[in-house]
Amino acid sequence: MFFLRSIWLGAIATGICLLVGYPLAYIISRTGARVQSVLVMLVMLPMWMNFLLRTYAWMTLLEDNGIINTALATLGLPKLHMINTSGAVVLGMVYNYIPYMILPLYSALAKMDHSVIEAAQDLGANQRRVFTKVIFPLSMPGVISGITMVFVPAVSTFIISKMLGGGSNLLIGDLIDMQFLGSAYNPNLGSAISLVLMVLILICMGIMNQFDDGETRGGGLMI
Amino acid sequence: MSFKKRFLALFAAALLLLGMSVPAGASSEEEEPAAPKRGVTINVYNWGEYISNGVEGTLDVNAEFTRRTGIDVNYTTFDTNESLYSKLAGGGANYDVIIPSDYMVSKLIEEGYLEKLDFDNIPNFQYIDEQYRNPDYDPTNEYSVPYTWGVVGIFYNKNYVKEEINSWKILWDEKYAGKILMFDNPRDSFGIAQKLLGYSFNSTDEREWQEAAMLLKEQKPLVQAYVMDQIFDKMANGDAWLAPYYAGDAATLVEDNPDIGFAIPTEEGTNFFVDALCIPKGAAHKKEAEEYINFLCDPEIAAANVDYIGYSTPESAAKELLPKETVENPIFYPPQEILDNSEVFVNLPEETSLLLDSLWAEVKMGGPGETATLVAILAGFLLLYIGIVVYKKIKAKRELQ
Amino acid sequence: MKVASKVYTFLVFLFLYAPIFVLIIFSFNDSDTMSRSVFSGFSLRWYARLFEDRMIMDALKNTLIIAVVAAAVATVLGTVAAIGLNGIRNKWVRRMMMNVTNLPMVNPEIVTGVSLMLLFVFVAQSLGGLSLGMLSLILAHITFCTPYVVLSVLPKLRQMDPHLYEAAQDLGCDPRRAFFKVVLPEIMPGIVTGMIMAFTLSIDDFIISYFTSGTTQTLPIYIYSMTRKRVSPEINALSTLLFVAVLFLLVIVNLRQARDKRAQERKEGLES
Repeated sequence: MFFLRSIWLGAIATGICLLVGYPLAYIISRTGARVQSVLVMLVMLPMWMNFLLRTYAWMTLLEDNGIINTALATLGLPKLHMINTSGAVVLGMVYNYIPYMILPLYSALAKMDHSVIEAAQDLGANQRRVFTKVIFPLSMPGVISGITMVFVPAVSTFIISKMLGGGSNLLIGDLIDMQFLGSAYNPNLGSAISLVLMVLILICMGIMNQFDDGETRGGGLMI
Repeated sequence: MSFKKRFLALFAAALLLLGMSVPAGASSEEEEPAAPKRGVTINVYNWGEYISNGVEGTLDVNAEFTRRTGIDVNYTTFDTNESLYSKLAGGGANYDVIIPSDYMVSKLIEEGYLEKLDFDNIPNFQYIDEQYRNPDYDPTNEYSVPYTWGVVGIFYNKNYVKEEINSWKILWDEKYAGKILMFDNPRDSFGIAQKLLGYSFNSTDEREWQEAAMLLKEQKPLVQAYVMDQIFDKMANGDAWLAPYYAGDAATLVEDNPDIGFAIPTEEGTNFFVDALCIPKGAAHKKEAEEYINFLCDPEIAAANVDYIGYSTPESAAKELLPKETVENPIFYPPQEILDNSEVFVNLPEETSLLLDSLWAEVKMGGPGETATLVAILAGFLLLYIGIVVYKKIKAKRELQ
Repeated sequence: MKVASKVYTFLVFLFLYAPIFVLIIFSFNDSDTMSRSVFSGFSLRWYARLFEDRMIMDALKNTLIIAVVAAAVATVLGTVAAIGLNGIRNKWVRRMMMNVTNLPMVNPEIVTGVSLMLLFVFVAQSLGGLSLGMLSLILAHITFCTPYVVLSVLPKLRQMDPHLYEAAQDLGCDPRRAFFKVVLPEIMPGIVTGMIMAFTLSIDDFIISYFTSGTTQTLPIYIYSMTRKRVSPEINALSTLLFVAVLFLLVIVNLRQARDKRAQERKEGLES
């Protein structure tokens, strides 16, 4: 079922983006002002290179005779089969959309008042408690807007699955593309799928917004 | 590339003998001034990698056309007949020249998407060989002019595939799991399965199509990817070992890469196809489009063009200009018994065509989307949403109390 | 930074930049067969070829025209819309308008693309079978760029002291002069940010252009049609050049921002 597969892969990619992006956003927000702006710029920079080309470059890296496997072979390690799997599709999603996760997280974390953390520590909270009770709840608006900004394009993508999934790991986006400009012309079905996708995503947004305790989301959305 | 260069020399010599201008090479441009621009741009929609484009000193067909006639060419490409159809049927894109394959030509004729050609503007039609005129897909030959023809065969990597290939069966061989590529369009993919089962490409029997779909689903775990022109890349760098594709592309693939071989399965027979030049209904520049078609039929241009793209020409006059090794190469001009053993795609009736679409989606997507599951998913998410909202309301109320 | 954080940061950036390095390195590849995985020597030939390639240059020209026009129109539209939105007093109307403006950003791009295509085709056909092309592309790009401009201008308007505008009028400015002399300079940074954002979004957009392009080719569409066969290293060369240009631009913008920030800090320091 491509609908479930899309949501599943999109959710995994979003989860990985959050897990990988959060520590980085935290690290960036704790560095000095000058380094901070450079690092933020470095996060944004890849987005200015055409995303088709970057995905294509991943093809070069992941192929059976690609750069990674050649490197493994010269080190005497066994080859890995990576391209044309759903793992490759998830990797493509994570790669393309992780800046959209890091940036809102960063802006939420950077705005946070450091004295709150110190207060928590003074009151005897250990590091884990400080994180779960203070830092994470305070960064919630960033988390929410990061998740939305990654999940929506990841679920509806159709290029990444085509290029890295080898045409057999198709997603909703591919199905829509197929109905309009692809091999099975049927705009009525295509429109219906688009509408369902839109409703589905709006519901998901609604769910996400429920976790956002009435905070304004605008701040996190903008880079 | 060597034979292309040799051909180029030959071609230039032939043209000089005829006392005509030499179209290839930059130096010739000074000899004959370019025709003044007419301020007209025609939109040409062709298959990818399907025209000589001036790389490595070959003839740049579109540039040469512009130079001779002053008509600009906006050249774009598609990758399957079906996506060409979608683009035309979807509307909003007005092309002047399109190049569909046989069965798509008849589908487009039937559905009224094509304009009748004015053959007075295409005098070079005289060069088209008799056997390619009035074809089954355009019986009265009013709508199309053949561009090239060819057969389908299997490209293989000689380093890994040592056995002789004479059957499509090899594409189902588990030895090559993960190294097999398959066509990313329904007719060609189903065609292979149908031949294996001994059925006709143009069957209208639902059971036969279902069986072919079963066979393709069986093959799916072995297939690395469903692709079209990406096979150039994937075969050339050794990522895939076996790929069915059009014979003409051997010109690029086999020549650039001595490891790659090409074989036409003789056991079950193969597909013979013709790609034809057509003008879609409502084309804005029909006259200029006919000029373009006429230009492509010019034997010298046709020869230079097919020599680069590798597909076979329907013009004997152009064939004579080709180097001997091309004409004698059974890949490009297969012997008669292979042609006799091949079948042509014919446009399918509406019902079968819809069946094929849904079966193809099933093969690629792994099962059609059941409406019930879809509704269940949506309802599930909606319930979750309502649940959370209600829970929060209750919690808020409790906190207030 | 602790060592662990440094290593972590390095690894994430390696992940982010690995494909970009691959692209850049292979733009210098000296090979005949357009290989993407074997590097066979340094050469600038693809850069030379790039400038001779008519198709790429045409696509680049189209992309730039669309981006410039769309960014300019979207900036004007977005700024006007932001001022209007800021002026709405009714809370409900305002929230609803905000949601309407934000919807195109939340909506999946493919859905936006498809629906714009259907709309354009419908209009084109009722106008007598026109072809989609530059015009529809520009309109589509304006559509998806405008909300981003609104979003970057709005915060500046909120920060602005509303009495400034009134003060200018009290001092004898007519409303138009007051707007151009007082309001506009105040929200200029937001407008510039919005315009840059619109421009880059437009240049990089593929999905929406793919559905609304008709017969016109923009650079991303051309790249897409190449990825279906073989991507010529010319494209690598072009994107390397674009990448360097963007890097340059970003450095300038960043330096400017840093300067503005310092100036503002100084100003605040004086005030307090």
